[in-house]
Amino acid sequence: MNIHEYQAKQLLKGFGAPVAEGVAITSADEAEAAARSLPGPLYVVKSQIHAGGRGKGKFKELGAEAKGGVRLAKSVEDVVTNAREMLGNTLVTAQTGDAGKQVNRLYIEDGADIDRELYCSLLVDRGTGRVSYVVSTEGGMDIEAVAHDTPDRIQTIDIDPEAGVTEANIAEINAALKLDGAAAEDGAKLFPILYKAFLDTDMSMLEINPLIVMENGRLRVLDAKVSFDGNALFRHPDIKELRDETEEDAKEIEASEWDLAYVALDGNIGCMVNGAGLAMATMDIIKLYGKEPANFCDVGGGASKEKVAAAFKIITADPNVQGILVNIFGGIMRCDVIAEGVVAAVKEVGLEVPLVVRLEGTNVDAGKRILNESGLAITAADDLDDAAQKIVAAVG
Amino acid sequence: MSILVDKNTKVIVQGLTGKTGTFHTEQALRYYGTQMVAGTHPKKGGENWHGSEGETLPIYASVAEARDATGADASVIYVPPAGAADAIIEAIDAEVPFITCITEGIPVLDMVRVKARLDRSNSRLLGPNCPGVLTPEECKIGIMPGSIFKKGNVGIVSRSGTLTYEAVFQTTNEGLGQTTAVGIGGDPVKGTEFIDVLELFLADDATQSIVMIGEIGGAAEEDAAQFLIDEAKKGRKKPVVGFIAGRTAPKGRTMGHAGAVVSGGKGDAESKIAAMEEAGIRVSPSPARLGSTLVELLKG
Repeated sequence: MNIHEYQAKQLLKGFGAPVAEGVAITSADEAEAAARSLPGPLYVVKSQIHAGGRGKGKFKELGAEAKGGVRLAKSVEDVVTNAREMLGNTLVTAQTGDAGKQVNRLYIEDGADIDRELYCSLLVDRGTGRVSYVVSTEGGMDIEAVAHDTPDRIQTIDIDPEAGVTEANIAEINAALKLDGAAAEDGAKLFPILYKAFLDTDMSMLEINPLIVMENGRLRVLDAKVSFDGNALFRHPDIKELRDETEEDAKEIEASEWDLAYVALDGNIGCMVNGAGLAMATMDIIKLYGKEPANFCDVGGGASKEKVAAAFKIITADPNVQGILVNIFGGIMRCDVIAEGVVAAVKEVGLEVPLVVRLEGTNVDAGKRILNESGLAITAADDLDDAAQKIVAAVG
Repeated sequence: MSILVDKNTKVIVQGLTGKTGTFHTEQALRYYGTQMVAGTHPKKGGENWHGSEGETLPIYASVAEARDATGADASVIYVPPAGAADAIIEAIDAEVPFITCITEGIPVLDMVRVKARLDRSNSRLLGPNCPGVLTPEECKIGIMPGSIFKKGNVGIVSRSGTLTYEAVFQTTNEGLGQTTAVGIGGDPVKGTEFIDVLELFLADDATQSIVMIGEIGGAAEEDAAQFLIDEAKKGRKKPVVGFIAGRTAPKGRTMGHAGAVVSGGKGDAESKIAAMEEAGIRVSPSPARLGSTLVELLKG
């Protein structure tokens, strides 16, 4: 689960990290009061959308000359003018896709005099199975470009989960970021704070880009991007409340309510599969036969009949879907449960597109019998290859 | 021969009394008499578990107790996500040599904690979020459907549960059969990795060829490819067919498995396929042709 920058900063502030003062607003009328509550004379007006590259992004409705999604303002009036121009318009960045994202919220922040821009993130390193700091002196730019062009300027520091962040770790991070004096003192406080925030809230990623050294030599978190581990949200009701559903695909929201792994895609063959690997492989084989999948959908292990029916309804609700492939290899998932769910869903919402079903594994005979006896127009497939060819042929 | 489990393996079930644990324990007991010897439940120690066909297993309050009483050398975990990490640690503390965790959806930071404990122990963990391991006609731990297996000479290792079944099904249909199939699971932080299983298959005389199924995310497939290159230089080499799921997955999106995400330009299917081909692995373009690709490779 992702959250907005302003929420991430409030969260980090709660743990004691140095962040600028700021106010989130949703209408231009609030801009003046927000700006007046800050010290000034420099302000930053930042679009709050769940996508990176905002600074370099362009508003669809404004001309190519118009400024991007993060703007400097040198007076209260300037803040208001920019807020009016930005709010409600669609920001297109390298990460939003061509459709862009509507900016419904701005974060008005106190400006800072920047001496150096650094990069600092925390993530779970799957190689070591530990939480790692990834740090670089090359902040403020796309870290993937840094990794590609100057990989030697990125350092990774693993944290032993049983020891936590040690003095030696801090010294290593400070050295990697070339921090000294007041900045190093700030670092010694900040780095353990970030680790604690990461652990306490079950983050999957915390990215500060940039972390700045100000002209007065102090550190400040200038931007913050936080993702949480969806599997751990059950123990963080407060974090769950930070979710902004307007940033997500409506079908994906409904799917998540049913605990389904669903990702909307651009093609026209809807897929319902059990298991993430097989779901990806099903997408791959559709592509191999020249068509595009409309979605990734993993109904998971112990799905109930109701959950299967919900998945089927979400898939059929996508207007791009011209055919559906159900591909089940039952292990923990029983084929009879899948069959019952599909039949129940079709009876409820109807079936206006071709449906190919391939069942194999646990209780396969019972599953096939349920489909046969339903009297529905379902095309049975013998194996994965057969299933893919049949649905591709049916969609034409 | 086989790897990891055989007819002598004795298994404790952690989370036996739940619906999932019960269903799959019944299935295991009915699979060539897999030795499921006991269950554990903190509050039901001393009671008995009953399967739907009159099967009975004793329940102990802890893994340590169950192990002392039965001499079990393996455990399988069906505990829900919130308690699964503690269940793994309980098994590690009870010095269970081989622990399989089926549970899907364990918070990754819980697994970071488990991994630290595991690294200081002599236990081997398979999973979590995996289908388990099966040696045909001998032992079934986990949730793989036994009916698709056939005793034979192919070793199968996969990050994806259901793609493991595809590989098993197809090698059965080709008449090759399996020595053992191992699902290592789709989580980013886990116990057994590809390399560990490949090492066991290379060392197992009965395993004459290997199917290895990876997916996008991480670098485990690249590491495995390098391992096979290094071992081949020492003269240890077996025919390997590979497959990578997720060629068509969009970047930056997690595809079901917490570990299946292409991020930071790393972990995409093409680089994994290139690494595997460089190691001499025959990569199947289609998940439906794992068996036929292996047959072609074996014909030479």
